[in-house]
Amino acid sequence: MEPILEAINLSKRFGGLVAVSDVSLKVETGEIKAIIGPNGAGKTTIFNAITGVDPPTAGEIRFKGQKLNGLKPYEIASQGISRTFQNVELFDNMSVLENVMVGRHPRTFSGLLSAVFHLPKAIAEEKAIRDDAMERLAFVGLSSSAQELASKLPFGQQRVLELARAWATDPELLLLDEPAAGLNSHEATVLADLILKIREKGTTILLVEHDMELVMDISDEIIVLNYGKKIAEGKPEEIQDNQEVIKAYLGEDFKGR
Amino acid sequence: MLVLVALPMVMRNPYYLGIMVFMGIYSLITIGLSLLMGYAGQISLGHAAFFATGAYTSGILTTKAHLSPLPAFLAAIVLTACIAFLIGIPTLRLKGHYLAMATLGFGQIVYVALNASVDFTGGPSGFGEIPRIALGNLVVESQLARYCLVWALVVIVLLFSLNLIHSRVGRALRSIHSSELAANAMGVNTSKYKIQVFVLSAIYASIAGSLYAHFVTFISPGSFDLEFSILLVTMVVVGGMANVWGALLGTVLLTLLPEFLRGFKDYDILIYGSTLLLIMIFMPEGLFGLVKKLRSVRGRM
Amino acid sequence: MIGLAPILESQEMSASIILQLILSGVTIGSIYAMVALGFNIIYNSTSIINFAQGEFVMLGGMFMVSLVGPLNLPMWVAFPIAVLAVTLIGTAFERLCIHPLKMPSVLSLIIITIAGSILLKGGAMFAWGKETFSLPHFSTEKPILLLEATILPQTVWILGIIGMVVLLLALFFRFTIVGKAMRACAANRPAASLVGINVKRIVLLSFALSAAIGAIAGIIITPISLMDYERGAILGLKGFGAAVLGGLGNPMGAVVAGFLIGIVESLCAGLISSHYKDAVGLVVLLMVLFIKPSGLFGSAQVSKLKKF
Ligand SMILES: Nc1ncnc2c1ncn2[C@@H]1O[C@H](COP(=O)(O)OP(=O)(O)OP(=O)(O)O)[C@@H](O)[C@H]1O
Ligand SMILES: [Mg+2]
Repeated sequence: MEPILEAINLSKRFGGLVAVSDVSLKVETGEIKAIIGPNGAGKTTIFNAITGVDPPTAGEIRFKGQKLNGLKPYEIASQGISRTFQNVELFDNMSVLENVMVGRHPRTFSGLLSAVFHLPKAIAEEKAIRDDAMERLAFVGLSSSAQELASKLPFGQQRVLELARAWATDPELLLLDEPAAGLNSHEATVLADLILKIREKGTTILLVEHDMELVMDISDEIIVLNYGKKIAEGKPEEIQDNQEVIKAYLGEDFKGR
Repeated sequence: MLVLVALPMVMRNPYYLGIMVFMGIYSLITIGLSLLMGYAGQISLGHAAFFATGAYTSGILTTKAHLSPLPAFLAAIVLTACIAFLIGIPTLRLKGHYLAMATLGFGQIVYVALNASVDFTGGPSGFGEIPRIALGNLVVESQLARYCLVWALVVIVLLFSLNLIHSRVGRALRSIHSSELAANAMGVNTSKYKIQVFVLSAIYASIAGSLYAHFVTFISPGSFDLEFSILLVTMVVVGGMANVWGALLGTVLLTLLPEFLRGFKDYDILIYGSTLLLIMIFMPEGLFGLVKKLRSVRGRM
Repeated sequence: MIGLAPILESQEMSASIILQLILSGVTIGSIYAMVALGFNIIYNSTSIINFAQGEFVMLGGMFMVSLVGPLNLPMWVAFPIAVLAVTLIGTAFERLCIHPLKMPSVLSLIIITIAGSILLKGGAMFAWGKETFSLPHFSTEKPILLLEATILPQTVWILGIIGMVVLLLALFFRFTIVGKAMRACAANRPAASLVGINVKRIVLLSFALSAAIGAIAGIIITPISLMDYERGAILGLKGFGAAVLGGLGNPMGAVVAGFLIGIVESLCAGLISSHYKDAVGLVVLLMVLFIKPSGLFGSAQVSKLKKF
């Protein structure tokens, strides 16, 4: 079967710095794939390239066989790729519910005029958006805070909310950038469950994460980056034993021992 | 609503009604500006230009082309919308200081053009004899009639705006304000919505401009300068820009303020300046934000 | 053969007219350059665009007018006093408007400095009224002949003084501790604060410094272009145009761009229409913002030129 996402020879330079160098990767439909690597390895840069936030310097990105290069971020999102951010990017001055409601944007249609004139179809759609968003909040366990300001949530719940918002776009592919960063181990377990449940519902997941326990637990496949280059790829067990990877994480000094 | 209807019955004095008429005209603009600044988070320091486009288009078409006010009014809206659209596309790509300066520059260019194209606009001395609005053989001439017309429009525009705010598009606008990055990632076409709300607010300003031209029957560039743009922003900020009601409150207060300060006629600019400064420093959410805070404190007790 | 003479003559004429226009463009351009410098100094250390920058220019001119006129002080005494007065105002401006803010958004900074500029303008109207003032030239008003054109001695003063200011600034930023601290702030604020530089003090200083530069610009231009309380806004806007054209954060670029805008404006006024003179600088500003907001001297060179 055709992979849902395919990146071919992706490179990204920032001036003289090569943040990503000639990386190719494939994500198969329905899997959970993780990208790991030390700080500054280029993981977020790859996410930004896929989602059109910061297009790659070279290389091609295909989603379900279609080229994504040159599309705007919102177009890519509408095609069915959603994401979360390493430094939580919630709509701070909106309620928890409203945050998720924005997530329904690419799956709904009412425009400015139907809003201004309060047309029946806009009213009906608005209700549908609200109901759908409430359901998703219930699914992730945030119903009780629906009316609170997003910025007032404890940090762990903010991460969950961001996940719910991204998932509300009904993505076929969901990119999660360090979803467990800053969470305690209990919160991380809850989050891992949630990710698995979302996958069950038919969303493919590409995950960047430093929490190795979580990565090894839930991923089907892992890609390892170091200094912008892909140094390994395989099943969690294979990665755990890979000498290159151990070296990248523990440093050159370790080699002799 | 009730206050609006009751007010002219209590207050027969045409002078006060006149002030209320101006309050209505300003409100039309500031409601739009609050959508743009408070909801979508995009500043404009050039809205006087759209007010001017409305006023001059209506004025010129009715005096020189002898059109009747209604078609001229519609033409003004279309023209203003087109200008706002064309200027909005490159301008709204800018952010922060750059956006502020670009809109400021645009406003000044229009101001210079109004002064310079003497044949068309009468130059610095402006032009007069703009006909009054007539609906059939009912001429809008008394302050009361003007009052009714303006405030009817304000109510309509306000309803439209409230509808917008509580809609999918309104939510999209607020998401842009909060995080453009995340809004884009949620499939919100940020540039489209920014331009749409910019054009909408320009149309509101154009409506206000047309009314202004027909009410005062004489217009000159002096009414459309930088200071006016800044006054509009001040009204929105003082009231509290995160809310249309705040914008309305600010407009009411700042229209009345000079009336209470009659003795200081020329120094109202100083008073605007210090009001703006104090509000920004001590209550950046504006008066409406303060009201809201007090209410929530009371609610908790 | 016969027809050629008048054409030649008119070409000579137009050449000298153009030279003349360029000269007056350079004169006004040097003021834009100084305003743009002021923008840059504050922007570099605070990332604030100070919308009141033009008001400092206006105030400089106005103080000078009062000191020289009613108080009858000699120029060379009045000059430093006027600069000092505006510098104090710039300091007060920072203390009252910028200092009290905690974590301000860009929008509120814009509105705050606008509020400040309204206050300064209103204060000027209160103090000096709405008249337009003039100032005697620094030396004789008798024009000097330069090639085909004439040049006012005041223009020579202006060019000399702006040259001095640029030179002194360059030395200040390169060789004094304070100047180096300001540059460190511009390059990396958190790092500067980590090595013990008092960032708040630097912010205050940058406002004082750019107020002083604004004042000097106002003082030297008033003899030629007159001054009134409303003049600040448009000078500020064109100065901002120069700052953007030169690449925000790039003082040398700002100076070059200031002269460019002055010259284009003057040529346009002379050859096309003087009505649209004020629009020229603004159109340039918009064009730059729309097409290349990083300015003429694109991003790559900025880091080099930024070092003054
Ligand atoms: N906008 C940018 N401009 C310049 N350099 C950048 C930019 N974004 C990232 N970089 C650099 O590119 C490299 C890769 O950064 P990236 O954020 O992709 O790393 P990462 O793998 O996500 O690291 P982390 O685990 O710390 O999040 C880093 O050296 C970073 O400094
Ligand atoms: Mg990262």
